[in-house]
Amino acid sequence: MAIFLTKESKVIVQGMTGSEGQKHTRRMLASGTNIVGGVNPRKAGTSVDFDGTEVPVFGSVKEAIEKTGADATVIFVPEKFTKDAVIEAIDAEIPLAVVITEGIAVHDTAAFWAYAGKKGNKTRIIGPNCPGLITPGQSNAGIIPADITKPGRIGLVSKSGTLTYQMMYELRDIGFSTCVGIGGDPIIGTTHIDALKAFQDDPDTDLIVMIGEIGGDAEERAAAFIKENVTKPVVGYVAGFTAPEGKTMGHAGAIVSGSSGTAQAKKEALEAAGVKVGKTPTETAKLAREILAG
Amino acid sequence: MDLFEYQARDLFAKHGVPVLAGEVIDTPEAAREITERLGGKSVVKAQVKVGGRGKAGGVKLAATPDEAVARATDILGMDIKGHTVHKVMIAETAPEIVEEYYVSFLLDRANRTFLSIASVEGGMEIEEVAATRPEAVAKIAIDAIDGVDEAKAREIVEAAKFPAEVADQVVNVLVKLWEVFVKEDALLVEVNPLAKVVSGDVIALDGKVSLDDNAEFRHPEFEELQDKAAANPLEAAAKEKNLNYVKLDGEVGIIGNGAGLVMSTLDVVAYAGEAHKGVKPANFLDIGGGASAEVMANGLEIILGDPDVKSVFVNVFGGITACDAVANGIVQALELLKSKGEEVNKPLVVRLDGNNAELGRKILTDANHPLVQQVDTMDGAADKAAELAAAAK
Repeated sequence: MAIFLTKESKVIVQGMTGSEGQKHTRRMLASGTNIVGGVNPRKAGTSVDFDGTEVPVFGSVKEAIEKTGADATVIFVPEKFTKDAVIEAIDAEIPLAVVITEGIAVHDTAAFWAYAGKKGNKTRIIGPNCPGLITPGQSNAGIIPADITKPGRIGLVSKSGTLTYQMMYELRDIGFSTCVGIGGDPIIGTTHIDALKAFQDDPDTDLIVMIGEIGGDAEERAAAFIKENVTKPVVGYVAGFTAPEGKTMGHAGAIVSGSSGTAQAKKEALEAAGVKVGKTPTETAKLAREILAG
Repeated sequence: MDLFEYQARDLFAKHGVPVLAGEVIDTPEAAREITERLGGKSVVKAQVKVGGRGKAGGVKLAATPDEAVARATDILGMDIKGHTVHKVMIAETAPEIVEEYYVSFLLDRANRTFLSIASVEGGMEIEEVAATRPEAVAKIAIDAIDGVDEAKAREIVEAAKFPAEVADQVVNVLVKLWEVFVKEDALLVEVNPLAKVVSGDVIALDGKVSLDDNAEFRHPEFEELQDKAAANPLEAAAKEKNLNYVKLDGEVGIIGNGAGLVMSTLDVVAYAGEAHKGVKPANFLDIGGGASAEVMANGLEIILGDPDVKSVFVNVFGGITACDAVANGIVQALELLKSKGEEVNKPLVVRLDGNNAELGRKILTDANHPLVQQVDTMDGAADKAAELAAAAK
């Protein structure tokens, strides 16, 4: 089962012919992802050879869907063109769009998010500025290294890429159902809550690890959601306790503004909802182990 | 990026939001000629990116050109809540104010859209009004695609109960202000106060604008708006090298890959420091996924150049990047710094995990650099780095 992405997923890559797109398409193919095409209007009709696998290039997302039955797209196009690429994916009504590109202007993200809403939210958007998602042993849509861990029964949702990898590594012997990197921008498509809901409903997930960071109030809202709706155990980690007020810490959304968005407030909200919160990634992994061991 | 008042004023003027005349200067003498041009009197306003400057004595009326020079002399160099005043705006004096309002547009992260906040009780911090008289503050969601046209602006004006005699003018201000918000890629545009003056005109007397750094690709002019004078020299040097660096006040220099992991590293070091004389992280530095030798060298150079740093913690999780490449990067970076004649005399604690970690660790072991030591876990390495910093403190 897993969430959002399975071995049945037929994945296309927008921006496949660019350098990042090529590099990661090769990696996704190597980890078993069923990549059925790329999109580039200027190279439509050609194909790209990835170590013996010929991947056709289509002129549009719509054409790629018509010819291959694609149901997921991974977007690597540069930040200037990302808004148009996502809108194209929404117009084609592809069920899943994973936006890897970082450095997108927030007005562009707000615009494509509003557009998705007007079109009835038929496309689940993950990101932008995220590592994508992986269902180990089945499919990998994005840039998460596939060889860190194996299939298992932990669900992971995280704002941060490298902390996702770190947590996958800490719990590599247990394995994961799906790991979703939702990104650290101020506006993102899929939220902690969306992933928590999907993991709660996923029969292949026994425990959920949730990684947050400073900025906004997504973790507080996730805590309220957990309290009301999640019966599976949740373990949490929040990064940025030492971040000073008013400074952006790498991710565009990672900023404490006045007294809002602090790691302490997020930790307290999660703990009040019954979530065990670790002080460090390693301690968080230990908490997950203890719960799974009963 | 937060702008100064004068920069916000310029953007307002550019898009047709009514403002008073004003010019920014950094030497007192220039106040004379501007004040003469403004009709012999002016307001001298400190340009600092912090609220409460009026109470701190940073805004003064000048009745003559000489007085403007005197007031500018007083205010330039003044310290307002830790911000040194490097510039003052010499502004036209406002006509008598009858009423003060508040209007803004901002990003609403929680609802993933934009928000308008408006109140007829302006002139003070809007958070204060919202806390004491929430019914006086109107919040209206704005659709990112539909934006703010005249009808939407009128909806805001009605929700905030603006008096009928200023309604049309405020609608006009809102439509123009929205234009500033969208065309300048702002995260916040705020007018406070939006004043009704004795003539009945509505004027933006003070404002705040914060721009989206991620939109710089379509705004080459953002470069010129940066406040280079106020930037920490290490932060400025890091920016020159395209490094994502924030100076903090501790002793343990931090280098890591990925924003989340680096934030986490700072926390772990701070916890470890509790047992080691309270040492803390000295900086945030994310060298990104690539972590090439050159980037590593640039990062190390910045951090070793920070006199506060007593030890360095390099925390890398090899995801896409293999740890052997990172280890080679560290070795080459140390050689590169040596060849540039820079003395590396602070201990480095390195933790490599993930992709090809064994190989990476072996490269560092074989290189046998006297200042480099490895610890296999993040928590353990943080403890070692804190201990070394405490010993050198």
